[in-house]
Amino acid sequence: MNYQFNWKLVLTGEYGQWLLDGLSVTLQISAMSIVFSLLLGTIVTVLRLTRVKPLEWLSLAYTEFFRNTPLVVQIFFWYFGSDPFLPGFFKEWLYQQNIEFAAGVIALTVYTSAFIAEEIRAGILSIPKTQLEASRASGLSFLQAMGYVILPQAFRIIVPPLISQFLNLIKNSSMVMTIGVAELTYMARQIEAHTFHGFEAFTASTVIYICISLVVSFAITLYDKHFLRRVRY
Amino acid sequence: MAMIEIRSLNKWFGDFQVLKNVNQSVEKGEVLVICGPSGSGKSTFIRCINRLEDFQQGAIQLEGKDIKSPEMNVNTLRTEIGIVFQQFNLYPHLTVLKNVTLAPIKVKKVRREEAETTALQLLDRVGIHDQALKYPAELSGGQQQRVAIARALAMRPKVMLFDEPTSALDPEMINEVLNVMKDLARDGMTMLCVTHEMGFAREVADRIIFMDGGEILEEAPPSEFFKNPRHERTRAFLKEIL
Repeated sequence: MNYQFNWKLVLTGEYGQWLLDGLSVTLQISAMSIVFSLLLGTIVTVLRLTRVKPLEWLSLAYTEFFRNTPLVVQIFFWYFGSDPFLPGFFKEWLYQQNIEFAAGVIALTVYTSAFIAEEIRAGILSIPKTQLEASRASGLSFLQAMGYVILPQAFRIIVPPLISQFLNLIKNSSMVMTIGVAELTYMARQIEAHTFHGFEAFTASTVIYICISLVVSFAITLYDKHFLRRVRY
Repeated sequence: MAMIEIRSLNKWFGDFQVLKNVNQSVEKGEVLVICGPSGSGKSTFIRCINRLEDFQQGAIQLEGKDIKSPEMNVNTLRTEIGIVFQQFNLYPHLTVLKNVTLAPIKVKKVRREEAETTALQLLDRVGIHDQALKYPAELSGGQQQRVAIARALAMRPKVMLFDEPTSALDPEMINEVLNVMKDLARDGMTMLCVTHEMGFAREVADRIIFMDGGEILEEAPPSEFFKNPRHERTRAFLKEIL
């Protein structure tokens, strides 16, 4: 084997900067998608529990559709396929923005929210029905009861599966390289193309992904332990 | 005008009729005790009054207003009628104080400081002023139930419903809850209590009704109810529990 390892080339200077740039885009796209998918997932779940049939069906269709199609197809759809449905003025505005990034966030958000919705639903179903009854009996509306009584308890229960969803999302964000978002994997690929040092480039990106995941799950677990674990029946 | 007027109430769960032609009139300040064997429809009956249960036939009026009329918002109705459950049903993720202030702040839009002052007064009244910052799981059953009563009172309801409030409690905690209820009754609260505590019934009830099979079989002031019950089912029931 006469492959010459050159870590210094990949980790410092211009290429090192590329990795950092990629890391920054990965963090941005992941953070935005996590926030949006939590919000969207919550809305989808609450629709499912309204006992209004059309809303329930809409929510069910949403989860089944987006859970059961490949993420890459969804990314391509939002990037290449959604164009004909957008109104003209919005399209013009959109093309002045970073459209690859936006399509990536939308795809990751929608895809992940379908899974998160199911986790939240499982959490809600594990809360005794008497909690909803007691809060409605005191005059709270359905949405108020959800917001102040049911969801805060449900979220505490589903912290572990939620962490898995977030980690999946962070790793899945590498797929937006297929539409040219310059995130971590894209940058590693670029470095490989410029230097032919693919081993170092992809090892570096692998280590970075592992670090992000560990930090995220550690931070949430810590938060959970110190601030949330007070629900006991 | 009666505080609560119930006319020809009929309710079915599927084919099974749980309430059969129930008629009642409860005056302001009156304490009505509802007793009867389990499955007789007593809980279902009081849960119809704040619309936790729907009913198919009959009408219920609160101060002359039909509770099912379109202009009667169900959430507003429920601010006027407090309920205390057998299992307390406190919110485990909130402190005692927040359990009591949640509905006043969110539903009645009372200012936080004001809601907290009221809550502390009520907690004082039920004897747990010093536990306001604890979580429900840190309290005994009797204390939790007293918090539940304070939570219901915080909405300043016109009527209080009690659905077997002492049935889930250890014997030594029953009295601390009953004493709070007696105080309430003395202060003139209109109360409908489903309970098996016959000592309480004898002492504070204005009227006792006995239900079986979804019907009201007997209705009398306590003295008469205990001394000479007319219906044979009532006699058998009283023999069992006294």
